[in-house]
Amino acid sequence: MEIPYTVEVRPDTGLSNGKLGVWLFLASEVMLFAALFSSYILLRVGSVEWPHGSQELSVPLAFFNTVVLISSSVTMVMAWASLKMNDFGKFRMFLGATILLALTFLVVKFFEYEHHLVAGEGPWHNTFYAIYFTITGLHGLHIVGGIIVNSYLWGPGAKMWQTEKERFTNRIEIAGLYWHFVDLVWIFLFPVLYLL
Amino acid sequence: MDAHAAHDIRSHVKTYYMIFGALMLLTCITVAVSYFHLPIPMAITVALIVATIKGSLVALFFMHLSDERKLIYYVLALTVVFFIFMMFVPLLTVSDKIPGTTVGTIW
Amino acid sequence: MDNVTTAGHAPVGHAHKAHAHDHHHEQSFVTKWIFSQDHKVIGIQYTITALLFLLFGFSLMALMRYQLAFPMMPIPVIGSLLGAANAPGGIMLPEFYNQLGAMHGTIMVFLGVVPLAVGGFGNYVMPLMIGAPDMAFPKLNMASYWVYFIGGVVMLTSFFVPGGAAQSGWTSYPPLSIITATNGQTWWLMGMIFLITSSLLGSMNFIVTIIQLRTKGLGFFRLPFFVWAQFVTSFLLLLAFPPLEAAGVLQLMDKVAGTSFFLPTGLVVGNRPLDVSGGGNALMWQHLFWFLAHPEVYVLILPAMGIVSEIIANNTRKPLWGYRVLVYAIIFLGFMSFIVWAHHMFMTGMGTTMNSFFQTTTMIISIPSVIILSALFLSLYGGSIRYNTPMLFALAFLPMFGIGGLTGLPLGLSPSDIHLHDTYYVIGHFHYVVAPGTIFALLAGIYYWFPKVTGRQMSEVLGKIHFFGSFIFINGIFFPMFIQGLHGVNRRLYDGGVQYAHAQPVLHWNQFMSYAAWGLMLFQIPFIFNFFWSIWKGKPVGSNPWHATTLEWTATTSPPLAHGNFETVPEVYHGPYEYSVPGRSQDFLPQNQKD
Repeated sequence: MEIPYTVEVRPDTGLSNGKLGVWLFLASEVMLFAALFSSYILLRVGSVEWPHGSQELSVPLAFFNTVVLISSSVTMVMAWASLKMNDFGKFRMFLGATILLALTFLVVKFFEYEHHLVAGEGPWHNTFYAIYFTITGLHGLHIVGGIIVNSYLWGPGAKMWQTEKERFTNRIEIAGLYWHFVDLVWIFLFPVLYLL
Repeated sequence: MDAHAAHDIRSHVKTYYMIFGALMLLTCITVAVSYFHLPIPMAITVALIVATIKGSLVALFFMHLSDERKLIYYVLALTVVFFIFMMFVPLLTVSDKIPGTTVGTIW
Repeated sequence: MDNVTTAGHAPVGHAHKAHAHDHHHEQSFVTKWIFSQDHKVIGIQYTITALLFLLFGFSLMALMRYQLAFPMMPIPVIGSLLGAANAPGGIMLPEFYNQLGAMHGTIMVFLGVVPLAVGGFGNYVMPLMIGAPDMAFPKLNMASYWVYFIGGVVMLTSFFVPGGAAQSGWTSYPPLSIITATNGQTWWLMGMIFLITSSLLGSMNFIVTIIQLRTKGLGFFRLPFFVWAQFVTSFLLLLAFPPLEAAGVLQLMDKVAGTSFFLPTGLVVGNRPLDVSGGGNALMWQHLFWFLAHPEVYVLILPAMGIVSEIIANNTRKPLWGYRVLVYAIIFLGFMSFIVWAHHMFMTGMGTTMNSFFQTTTMIISIPSVIILSALFLSLYGGSIRYNTPMLFALAFLPMFGIGGLTGLPLGLSPSDIHLHDTYYVIGHFHYVVAPGTIFALLAGIYYWFPKVTGRQMSEVLGKIHFFGSFIFINGIFFPMFIQGLHGVNRRLYDGGVQYAHAQPVLHWNQFMSYAAWGLMLFQIPFIFNFFWSIWKGKPVGSNPWHATTLEWTATTSPPLAHGNFETVPEVYHGPYEYSVPGRSQDFLPQNQKD
């Protein structure tokens, strides 16, 4: 039994099921991070004193990570574009780069976290660190999720390119939308936590 | 159809790299501005404006939002409305308090 | 001979593909009934699980009502089974009462009503009503159910951890929920994370299915109102749940990671200052919680309105009054539900500006509710009413929801809420909407769609006994709550108000309400018996015993075809309620019949 519009678009909406589904999912993710940003605002406004981000956190490391994540967004969209141009080799290279860049981001984050935890600056230390660890931690979990999905699509999932090219390309596009969103969240996280 | 689409994509690829460049530049700008230690309200405004521009570039070009379907725009518009409520209304309840009291503390 | 040579040369994959063309490959018991991707099986799974949780949640309350009727008296029979940690000598400890209270609310809302209304009815009926072969994402659908199931197991397990289950209300307000020394709350938070995830996955599926998989000719304004209700409900779930997921993570961190998101500086517990960093905001939890929990109550009522609408149209043999008005009203209702939440927080010290803002939006939101209720009442006028069991429950829904809605008004107005907040009046208000409101609608739905799912009809005699008994006793439980609330009796008191002078004149209602509750429980027995007995022994029926117009009845068998639902994909030619069309010999015109 075939579910219609899994690959081809429905004429009146112009969308495939997956495309609509992922945008809806991203809408819910916007609300998730909205709640966290809102919490950040409430906590900061209600505080007697709140450190400037750059006092507590490493701006150079986060700047590097921002460059890494934005680059991974470019490689992700290039992976999709390569498939559209029928270049499976380039797709593999770009998606692989995306995964490696994502892992780099996590490694840097790990060192950041370690530095603070070793100094006793854990989430229990004060609400600045509490919200810092929670919001970057949740973002980090989303990166992990993205790495898992992208790795599957790079590895076993890529077999679909042999049998259903368009469906596989759509999958990459959808994974890309998720990945760009994760990048988008960081674009806001970085200045808010580190530069204000 | 394939060749046409491939040609289309090639022109998009140029755009992707240009947007990448713009994002890098804006990132440098946002970090540089932070070193000026502007007064907090101004710092927040500038940081959010730059972040919004960067975010818009990612959304419009990498996520192809610039030529998406109306339905997606409607869903996102609805989300934006609720996003704004989520961000500002709790703040308003904390700042608009009964005179002489502090909201959210135990005394 | 040809077979032999072909079998020798053809690769396994090729033969398998040819095989699959003829008939769908045999599914194992596990993939057919346990890890099924078929929306009908998943709908049944949700329904049975949710009904069991409803019964369990009801039992928790039945236990509480003994304590309320006979405070500090040993509970007969069951008392000795509860264990010394909960009820030494059979007498319920206050902590245990609080556990029962918190879990009753949580289980009824998150494990009972919503999974039944959305997961059960939505999953089973909606794809059939829109002519779809299944949901847009069958695997995701399966995942939604199992994540819900795990969430339920986590919640049930919390009763058995040392110290018992969560005991700070279903609302889990900090600091109490965090400083309570036991781990039940932590389990609650983990359970909620699973349940919220399940809802999010489900809501995405519903929205995509309704938008993308409507069959040919089924424009949005030809959708049965049930589908519109599920559609708006799904948006509520999609956009309102994430803040509670975030809040749940924050509170979990407060409990296990020593953070102070919700713990203010200088908090003293048990004469000792709390050893945390402080700087937290207890009200922040309330904002994040109610941002979901208010739309959540609309999630509780909207599917019920959808179910009742279908049953009313069918049993009045006439179209719903004001279909377009209903649709616009429900969309407006859904939107407004996001911006009224702080009417649960009128007493938290917000200034008059914000109080007024939320009071205003709350008053505005009552308008679409009244419009919907009025349209449903008007739909009865001039109808050729059939008083079968589903219709009786659907009819009762109308005035019961009316009482629930009207009693919400003094709560939504800030000044009167000063007197009524946190009293039994609130409990009476919301139970009227959910219990003789939504649950009656859900029962109506079970009686109505049972023939579609099983191919058999439930007994009308037992159904009517169930209805009349339930109607009488459910009012007996909840109406006196308004009286107690107006007298200022607080909610969540483990002894029902015995220690308060102002409660004395109305204390006697406690026993009355408890007897009514146990009476209500007794009258569910005919239903439970009827439900299971009819699965095997109910009167067999054809595909459309109610002579309905919508696709689930007219385009497929009872039960529907296992794979793909429809022998031939139906095409829709007109609106969903073409009953008693003038000039026709039959008093209904199926949606997929041209003329």
